[in-house]
Amino acid sequence: MPQGERISIKTDRDELQLFRSRAIVAAVLVLMALLGIVGRLYILQIKGHEEYTELSRLNYQRSIPVPPIRGLIYDRNGVQVADNHAQYVLEVVRDSVPDQNSDGRRRWVDVTLMLERLGKIVPLSEKEIRIFTQQVQRRSRYEPTLLKENMTDEEVARFAVNKLRFPGVNLERRMQRYYPHKTIASHVIGYVGRVDERDLKRVNQKNYAGTSHIGKIGVEAAHEDLLHGTTGYKMIEVDAHGKHQDMLSEEKPVGGQDLILGLDMRLQIKAENLLEGERGAIVALDPRNGELLAMASVPAFDPNLFVDGISHKNYKALRDNPGRPLYNRALQGTYPPGSTVKPMISLAGLYEKATYATRRVYDPGFFQIPGHRHRYRCWKKVGHGSMDMDHAIAKSCDTYFYDLAYRMGVDKFSSYMGLFGFGERTGIDLTSESSGLMPTPEWKSRRHKQIWYPGDTVNIGIGQGYWLATPLQLAHATATIAMRGKRIRPRVLRGVRTAKDEPERLLEPELVAHIPSQNSKDWERVVDAMVNVMHSSYGTARGSGKGAQFTIAGKTGTAQVFGIAQNATYDATRLAKRLHDHSLYVAFAPAENPRIALAIVVENGGSGSKVAAPTGRKMLDAYLLDKYEEPKEEGEADDEKLKVSQGSSTQ
Amino acid sequence: MISELLPPYVIKALEKVDLIMMAALALLMFIGAITLYSANDGSMSLVYRQGMHFLAGLVLLLLFSQIQSKTLKQFAIWAYGAGLILLVLVLLFGVEKKGATRWLYIGIDFQPSEVMKLAVPMMLAYFFAEKPLPPRFIDVLIALVLVFIPMLLILQQPDLGTSLLIALSGIFVIYLAGISWWMIGGAITLVSVAAPLMFFYGMRDYQRQRVMTLFNPEQDLQGAGYHIFQSKIAIGSGGTYGKGWLEGDQSRLDFLPERHTDFIFAVFGEEFGFLGNLFLLGLYMFIIWRGLWLATKGADTFARLLGGSLSLTFFLYLVVNTGMVSGVLPVVGVPLPLVSYGGTSILTLMTAFGMLMGLKKRKRIYQAED
Repeated sequence: MPQGERISIKTDRDELQLFRSRAIVAAVLVLMALLGIVGRLYILQIKGHEEYTELSRLNYQRSIPVPPIRGLIYDRNGVQVADNHAQYVLEVVRDSVPDQNSDGRRRWVDVTLMLERLGKIVPLSEKEIRIFTQQVQRRSRYEPTLLKENMTDEEVARFAVNKLRFPGVNLERRMQRYYPHKTIASHVIGYVGRVDERDLKRVNQKNYAGTSHIGKIGVEAAHEDLLHGTTGYKMIEVDAHGKHQDMLSEEKPVGGQDLILGLDMRLQIKAENLLEGERGAIVALDPRNGELLAMASVPAFDPNLFVDGISHKNYKALRDNPGRPLYNRALQGTYPPGSTVKPMISLAGLYEKATYATRRVYDPGFFQIPGHRHRYRCWKKVGHGSMDMDHAIAKSCDTYFYDLAYRMGVDKFSSYMGLFGFGERTGIDLTSESSGLMPTPEWKSRRHKQIWYPGDTVNIGIGQGYWLATPLQLAHATATIAMRGKRIRPRVLRGVRTAKDEPERLLEPELVAHIPSQNSKDWERVVDAMVNVMHSSYGTARGSGKGAQFTIAGKTGTAQVFGIAQNATYDATRLAKRLHDHSLYVAFAPAENPRIALAIVVENGGSGSKVAAPTGRKMLDAYLLDKYEEPKEEGEADDEKLKVSQGSSTQ
Repeated sequence: MISELLPPYVIKALEKVDLIMMAALALLMFIGAITLYSANDGSMSLVYRQGMHFLAGLVLLLLFSQIQSKTLKQFAIWAYGAGLILLVLVLLFGVEKKGATRWLYIGIDFQPSEVMKLAVPMMLAYFFAEKPLPPRFIDVLIALVLVFIPMLLILQQPDLGTSLLIALSGIFVIYLAGISWWMIGGAITLVSVAAPLMFFYGMRDYQRQRVMTLFNPEQDLQGAGYHIFQSKIAIGSGGTYGKGWLEGDQSRLDFLPERHTDFIFAVFGEEFGFLGNLFLLGLYMFIIWRGLWLATKGADTFARLLGGSLSLTFFLYLVVNTGMVSGVLPVVGVPLPLVSYGGTSILTLMTAFGMLMGLKKRKRIYQAED
């Protein structure tokens, strides 16, 4: 069938032709589809490259903060007052806890069994296990989770011996703050505690990423930025399961700076011992540079209790103690300054030309505002008679100063006292300082919605009435007199250094103001009167000045807590201790070349000359003559201070 | 020179092999091996086993390249019939893994749908070879029935991906047979209407989930979208030049799931970058084009249709896999041909390439002997 054959051949050729055209169309479609894929890859790899590189980096990079080591704190003589102690903790890496059934599947029961066995070696409290259980389930199985803190030496030793039996349980060393002097200077040094939400708001959070503790009060809080240092980082590579692979890069932490305080621990111990059994405060400054030599607030507390969170029981004991040991009297306590401010008032009178040094005022035992019947009584009922400024200061004649304040008027009076820093914070580098109160008519109308009476002026003339000052303000104002008007900001920090062997960098004193006077001799007149308080035959504190090997300029004060009716007399024996007068004293020495200025307040201590002034003399002797008792054994000191923090009252 | 060292029947056998295609396949397998080495954290264990797959595949390729078109044609109906019986057996006695019944246990786990990947195009090529082309409408309908029977059986396993791929390999034969463009247009319209209906009524939850996450994989990072998200990160972070061999962070640190098998393209893309991908896709395109060219050289209509369909099916695997890994197509378990780890896929593909080479019109060597 030649025809059929031809058709067949033709058909095959046609079919081949048809197939070819279909294959070519297919080849073009293949090309287009692959170009589509290429386009997609272009979007991912060229256009999206940066975005996906970042996502990839986020996938596998973890930055682990490495906290810096907190700076140490020393007193001016190199006595360490805050230290970092090694503390041992147990951490568990869940993934490394071996399975009991050896079927390769790790179960929670394996961790429970491990804890059971571990509990026989190192006691684990129910609370520790509960917190651990909560935390371990939130974390990656490759991350360490804290199991036990504050291990005793015995626990550490027992675990170390049995270590091999507990794979996945690691003994880690951590630094913990420790205050070797316990209660001594606790108000100045303060303490660190666990970082909380509020703390994080006031610091650079990134720098605190690995930090567990932060300064809460005192120097620890005020110089947090110096002490903390800079957090380092380890860039760790992790796989999809969070398991650590390699370290990619590392930025080492920079440790905090060591602080050298102006504090002299020997003087501090002396001050606290002198106040033992009382409630009160002593502040001692070096007038030449403002350095705080001692700041005692008694009773005190043990700052170590706060480092790892104070127990409810301990906190309750401190809170309910009537002596209020947590309260820093030197900084937060505000007291009527009483007669201790008479030297400052004298200077105000001289400057405002309300008086002159030789002007005499007759004291019949009281002062009356012209045209008024009310008698403002002098402490000496029978009166001092005719008084010039020197005698008025030395004998602490109230009538003289009632008169002077009245002549000056409240505006001049208050603004000149403001120059000494009354009514404002001294700006010392400590937390929660009180500004005290220097009353003005504006203040009274704002605060009490009352006008200022002339009698209010008379009252503040002897440091009473609305006037309130902190012991630090008194010491600061006294130091300013010692420096003959040069007001230097008080400060705790003397210097810093980056490490123990590095040289110290000392801070420059900060001059706040130069207090003006009509005549530079005015300062000497007032200082001489203060010397007469101590060393003249008529000074109120002559008993405390007796036999001194240096010249003391001082002033006593007795501040009323309790208002006494017009015709009543003050009878200490009949009043409750809480209503007794506060005993005050300010001083500096040597008068001609002052090296120390101080202020002392003994709450409800009674007369300034009988209680506070002798205490001041002991402080001055100790500091200027190096008369310190032998340091006690640490244990002994503990017991003693513990007693103080219980606030036992011996009177 | 080498030819003198080998026995003549070996030389005769080797002459059937298309050397250009063989070289391209060898290069592809080499790329597959080094990528697998990296995906397996620089361990040779999987590479050795993959090498065994390659060797077995080569043997199959050599064997099938010896079979002439007319011989293969006679097998078509038997292969198809056997395949159907096996698929029914799977549904009755199959081994269940991960909620799907795809395997028969015959000493090893054997997947009958793999047979169908070859048997369906064979069957359709055989069917159309006997008909005048372009095909009549009734013949197209019969062909579609031949496609749908195995497709429905595989859907029962359930294995949506494979059933679609097998259906498409049959549809390629229908297309190559010369079905009119009107019918193609009509079919495309029909599918675009049927697809949404399929989505809402024909799919299982996990399949629907896969399609959904395709459009917004970032929504469900922990679950279904995680694979695509991580593979996009791997490819994208590779950039133009790639991170370098063995340097892929995504793969090395275990972020990339299924990185030996279905997602190996992401490992390659991360380590060799956009330029590496261009080269790889170029190589694939070359293989596909060479396959189509070989098909046009086929001995008869059966040879051409089968060869063309096998080439296009190879292309289909490529596009579905790379599209899936780069996040433009749903996640259906399709390996990257000849690169992903896995014996079954390699054996099937190498058999297909063997067939493709054997389909050529034979030179009449014996005439010289006469």
